[in-house]
Formats: sequence, structure tokens, C-alpha cells
Amino acid sequence: MDSQPTQFDFNVRPKGEVQVWLTAAGLATGVLMVVGLLGLVFWQGITVFWPHTVVEIELREDSSFLLDGSPVVAGVITKKQAKAKASGEEWQLFVGNKDAYGFMFHYLDEADIISVREPVDIVVAERMEYGDGVFYPEELVTEAGEVIAVTEASFYPSLEAGLDTVNDRRAEIRVLERKKIGRINREMKSLRTDLRHLGDEPLPDETEAIQSSIDQLQAEYEVLAAEARALRNEQHKGSLRYRISTGEVRTEALGDLIRIHRPNDMSLLGRMSFFVGELWRFLTESPREANTEGGIFPAIFGTFIMTLLMSIAVMPFGVLAAIYLREYAKQGPFVRGVRIAVNNLAGVPSIVFGVFGLGFFVYFVGGTIDQVFFSDDLPTATFGTGGIFWASLTLALMTVPVVVVATEEALASVPRGVREASLACGASKWQTIQRIVLPVSTPGILTGLILAMARGAGEVAPLMLVGVVKLSPNLPLDGEFPYAHLERKFMHLGFHIFDLGFQSPDSEAARPIVFATTLLLITLVVVMNLAAIIIRNRLRRKYLSSTF
Amino acid sequence: MDKDSSTNSPPPEKFIQIENFNFSYGQNQVLHNLNLDIPKGQVTAFIGPSGCGKSTLLRSINRMNDLVDGVNYEGDIRINGESVFNPLLEVISLRKRVGMVFQKSNPFPKSIYENVIYSLRVAGRTKKSELDQVVEESLRGAALWDEVKDRLHESALGLSGGQMQRVCIARAIANQPEVILMDEPCSALDPIATGRIEELIHALKERYTIVIVTHNMQQAARVSQNTAFFYLGELIEYSPTDDIFMRPKEKQTEAYVTGRFG
Repeated sequence: MDSQPTQFDFNVRPKGEVQVWLTAAGLATGVLMVVGLLGLVFWQGITVFWPHTVVEIELREDSSFLLDGSPVVAGVITKKQAKAKASGEEWQLFVGNKDAYGFMFHYLDEADIISVREPVDIVVAERMEYGDGVFYPEELVTEAGEVIAVTEASFYPSLEAGLDTVNDRRAEIRVLERKKIGRINREMKSLRTDLRHLGDEPLPDETEAIQSSIDQLQAEYEVLAAEARALRNEQHKGSLRYRISTGEVRTEALGDLIRIHRPNDMSLLGRMSFFVGELWRFLTESPREANTEGGIFPAIFGTFIMTLLMSIAVMPFGVLAAIYLREYAKQGPFVRGVRIAVNNLAGVPSIVFGVFGLGFFVYFVGGTIDQVFFSDDLPTATFGTGGIFWASLTLALMTVPVVVVATEEALASVPRGVREASLACGASKWQTIQRIVLPVSTPGILTGLILAMARGAGEVAPLMLVGVVKLSPNLPLDGEFPYAHLERKFMHLGFHIFDLGFQSPDSEAARPIVFATTLLLITLVVVMNLAAIIIRNRLRRKYLSSTF
Repeated sequence: MDKDSSTNSPPPEKFIQIENFNFSYGQNQVLHNLNLDIPKGQVTAFIGPSGCGKSTLLRSINRMNDLVDGVNYEGDIRINGESVFNPLLEVISLRKRVGMVFQKSNPFPKSIYENVIYSLRVAGRTKKSELDQVVEESLRGAALWDEVKDRLHESALGLSGGQMQRVCIARAIANQPEVILMDEPCSALDPIATGRIEELIHALKERYTIVIVTHNMQQAARVSQNTAFFYLGELIEYSPTDDIFMRPKEKQTEAYVTGRFG
């Protein structure tokens, strides 16, 4: 064509498009917040287990930050912050040795520092009481009575061997006291109940028989108790003499120590293996010392079992309710009202469910169960007090709207064609639901369960009313008949975080473990959700090639 | 195609009788006083423009319209003399006698095998040898056996559109019905698959009474012996297929079959 070529005007932009940056900024803010949150929790949580370098700081003699009058302070630098009023920095130091100092953290002024060095021979010891110790060992007295000075080559091997011995013995004492003596106590309790049940005029034979069994158990108990006492005494045979940075020399029984490491004398590999070991112990051990030391296994286990029980309870309940609402109920104003009510139930504050759980499940249902089945044990409540079963049911009730809504949507999305095909084959309505509609909607139902689990696993407030405790010596599942103890109280990661952060005597010391626990709670929820998502995707793939 | 034999043979048995049948969705009456008899062992086609009520009539025969809220009907439909609306009749047993193939192929998200024997499963039959036999016979009946015999336990959703529709036909005949209702069974298929389904319909009419709804005039001409033309819920003309297409009595019929409206 010969006509004038068209000139494009490059300055014309479609109106309104400039606002795209706003939506992008919104998303970016969200992503940053999530990444920041996870990053912070991850970093703070994971570094807890890394062996930190211990420094020895020499202060000016006239400093007002001397530790017990000593100008030398050893510890791990935990914080460096600008001073509130003056210029310069102040350092927070984890000094340990709470038994000697009365505290575990010490502040000092950077301006007063003469020198900072990293002594190779300083030892950090995990102890049964008073938190970690930070010291220079001097002399070991073994259980055999042998005295070994720190300068001798056999010092550390002998110390390690001695600690292994006391740790094994501690485990032995634990088995003795918890398992064996625990069994005797339970048997005695049931025999005493039998005794009470003999009636007003018991036959002398019967009374005597039971009494003799009790006496026999009592004798067994004496033997075991003596054995435990003997073992406990042996824990104090060996001892370690050490000097803390203030110069004070102290002696501690080997039985009070758990393990030692020399953080300034570790290779990278050594640090890594220490890290793995600490992490493993954190995951598998029970807590000690008001939960600030040791592991959190019971809390992990409690959270897991509770979420599992909740899912088992909420699934059939929610799915059946949704089937009725969607498939059978005559759609009208009443059903619409019910649906709105169910949806709104999802917005009710969780503590309200906690109160309801306490009033209905614990006091009413549990109390009735106790009166009917466990009247012998009254006034000690069995089911009439908070427990993992009631906690699971309370959370199931709380999350049922989520499952109902998701299931209803899944049912509604099953194409009419397959339903009609099934009915045309001579299937009844229930057969159609059971064989065609439910399998096809399983992925959608599982989405609901995933959401329910995500909400339930992280919930704390209602649990505090219906069965979660700070420390529970027994797990809800164990090797003791009848294996599942659903009436037991349990520990929960969410509550554990709250307890450590706000209820512990030394919140500064508990802070790292709070982050580690938080990281674990997030991990647990993510892992459980991932498992459900993987199952859902498998199912979805099965129905993927559907052409509807 | 031996259309002549059907026109010359003695009038076949009246198998499905539709008498004074009126049907409405709420206030909207879609079928007006229909009367027609569908003979046994033949293919009867329902044709007519969209919305003329032919699918509604078809779905009334096996009472699929029960699923819709707010429907009303008057009159009667009888199969072999028995009313399908008899309140004592279980709709399930009616649907066992009257199979159905839908417009969109709608296999279940199950294996081919399970699709075919679905009606036996819901009837509670579990004998393996019987099920195997029904699967083979039905798939052979639907001319699909040779194509799928090696992958009976794979998902039916992995088949082509035409194969899926034949699975649906196999599923319908596995129940050994007397009547098969087909609601535009080829509308979503390509010409080759359509041709195969049409051949299949020819083969099936030996054993089953077939009622087919179609928008495709040539298809009605090819497969059916009788054709009913509906317009706006009324039966305009019902005669042997050849007559409808060659010598239509009504002007509307002629206009429709020659493509001048619809």
C-alpha cells in the first residue's frame, strides 16, 4: 500500500495499568512477612544447638560490672546493644554457674573491658540442676577413688567414662522408679479398692488373702526402694573439682553432671556432631528443670496424637453433616440458615470452645462416665478432668465447620452427569453417594481436613481448659495396658511455648528454647499438612483425566 | 440397511406406550398431551429443535426427571403394559429395565472393568466368573472388547471420547435392560466415532428396544425405523423414518427435515 505508514504513539498507555504495582507491592509485603517470620524462627531456633565460643573477659579493677568482685568474667556473649543513656555498647554474657552466682546472665560495659580471650581449656557442662556450668576443671576423683589432675593425659577420657557410668545409672534408677515401683503402686491401689469392696462384713479369709498380697507387694517395694537408694548414693561417689572464672573453687558430684564439652577446642566436624547430638536429644528427651532444659519429646508426641485424634473425630462427623446438608436436606430457607450458622461457627473465638469443652465434655460427659464406670476411684476423677481425649473432641468441634464447608463444596462440584449415570444404572441415592460421589470428592474433603489440622494443631487457648499441662510424666500411648490412655493429661508444643516464654522462672534462659520449640511446632504442622497434601494429590491424579 | 423389511413386516408390538402425557417444570409446561407407541425391537428417533421437549420425554421414560425439584406430569407411560409411575414400583427396578446413555460420555472414575459391572455391583452381585463374563459380553456387545481387553483394569478416563461413550453403552447393556434410551449419544464425537456408534446401534436393535434423541437428521435417517418430530412440546408427526424424510405429511416436518428452520 502506498498510503502514509501509520505512526505509533509510544506515549499512550492503557489507563489504570499503573496500579499494578500496588497489587505487586501487596504480595511482596506478604511474602516478606512470611519469609521474615520463618527466617527469624528458623535461625533463632537452629542456633540454639550450636556450641558457642566461650570468652574470658578481663575488666578494669574499678569497673562497676565486676562479677562477685572478680575482674575476670567468662561466658558466652549473647547480646551486644547500645547503652540506654550513655554512648558505647553493653554486652550481655551468659555466665552460667547459677549455683555460684545466683543468676546466669551478666551485663558489662564495653568501655571497662581490658581484654577478651578465648581460653582453650574452658569447659561447658550440662548439669542436672542450676543450668549449665562454665569452668576450668582441676581434679577428678573417680568412683574407684583414683585422683586424676587435669594436667594428666587420662583426665578427659576418665571424666567421659565417669559421666557415661552415671548417665547409665540414672537411666537405671528411672526404670526402677517409674516402671517397677509404678507397677507395684498400681497393683496396691487396685488391691485396696478390692478390699473396700468386700462389703460391711467381709469374710476373714478374703480380707486376709488381699492383705497378705498387699504385704507382699509392700515387701517388694521396700526391696526396690532400697535398690534405688543404693544407686542414688553411688551417683555421689565420684566428683569433679573445678575453678570458675571468679577464682572460686567448687566440687560437684559426677552424678550431678550430664555431659561436658570444650567449645573453644572443637573442630568444625566436632561442632557439627555436637549440634546433631544436641538436636537429637532435644527431640527425643523429656524436659527437665521447669522445662528450660532437656528435650521436648512429650510435647511433640502429645501434639501429634492430639491432632491425629482430632482428625479421626472431625472427619466422619463433618463429612456426614455435609452429605446430609448437600444431598438429602431439602434446600430452603432453613437449610440456608443452618449453613450460615455452620460457617459462622468457624469464626467463634477458640476459647469459647474451650469453655464449652470443659463444661460439656469434661464435667458433664466425663463426670457421668466416672460415676458409671470408675465410681471406685471417686473422688479422684478419671475422665472427669481434662485429658487428651476431651481436648481432641473440643478441637474437633472447633474445626468441624471447616470440614463441613470444604466437603459441601467438594460434593457440589461432582458433575451431575456421573450422578445421573449411576442412578441410571439402578443404583440408589446412597449407593451413588458412597460409590461415586464420595470417592470423587475425596481430594476436596482432604483439603478441608488439611485446613482443620492446620488450625487445630496450633491452637492453645482451649487446650488450657481441657487437658494440657506444663509437665506430664506419662505419654498418652505407652507399653502399659491398655496402651492408649486417652484420659491422661498431655503436653502440647503450643502450650510449651507459652509456658517457657511467660511462665518460666528465668525467661532469658528459656528464650532460645522457645524459638527451637516454635520451629518444631511449625515443622510438625507443615509435615502433617504435607502428608495430607501428598495423599490428596495422589487421589487427584487418579481422577485427573476426567473430561467433565 | 434394510428399511423395506421394517415397513413391510407386520406392525410390531407396542412396547412403550405414551398416553396423554403432559409435563411441566413448575409453571412452565414443556410437553403437551403426547400420544405415541414405541415398537419393540426397533430404533425410534426423537427429533426436533432445541427446547422442544424430546429429552424431557426421554428422561420421563426411566424417571430421571424425579431428580429435578418442582416437576409435574399428567397422563401415563407404560412399558409392556406396566405404568412407570406406579407408586408401588421401585424406581431402581425400572432403571434396571431401562438403561440410559447420555449426551456427554460420563464414565465413572474407575477402571473399565468396574465401569461395566457397576450395575451388578450395586445389585450386590460378587461372583467373579459371572462378572468377568458380563464384562466380556457387554464390551463385545459395545464393539469395544478387542480394543480394551488388555487394559480392563486401567482407568476408563484414559480412553478416547468415542471409546468412553462405548464404555457407557457397555455399562448400560451389562444390566440386560429391555430398553436403551440414548440422549444425543454422538453429539460430542467426531464423525468416525459417530459412525462406529451408529453401527453399534444397528447391531443392538436385534436385542433391545432403542429410543434415541438426536439433532442430526442424517443420523436419525440412518439408524432409526421410526421417527417422531416434536416442536414446542407437541408431537407433530410420528411415522416410519422413510416417510418422515421422503413424504412428510406436515409442513413443519418438511421444513425441519429439509433444514429450512431449526
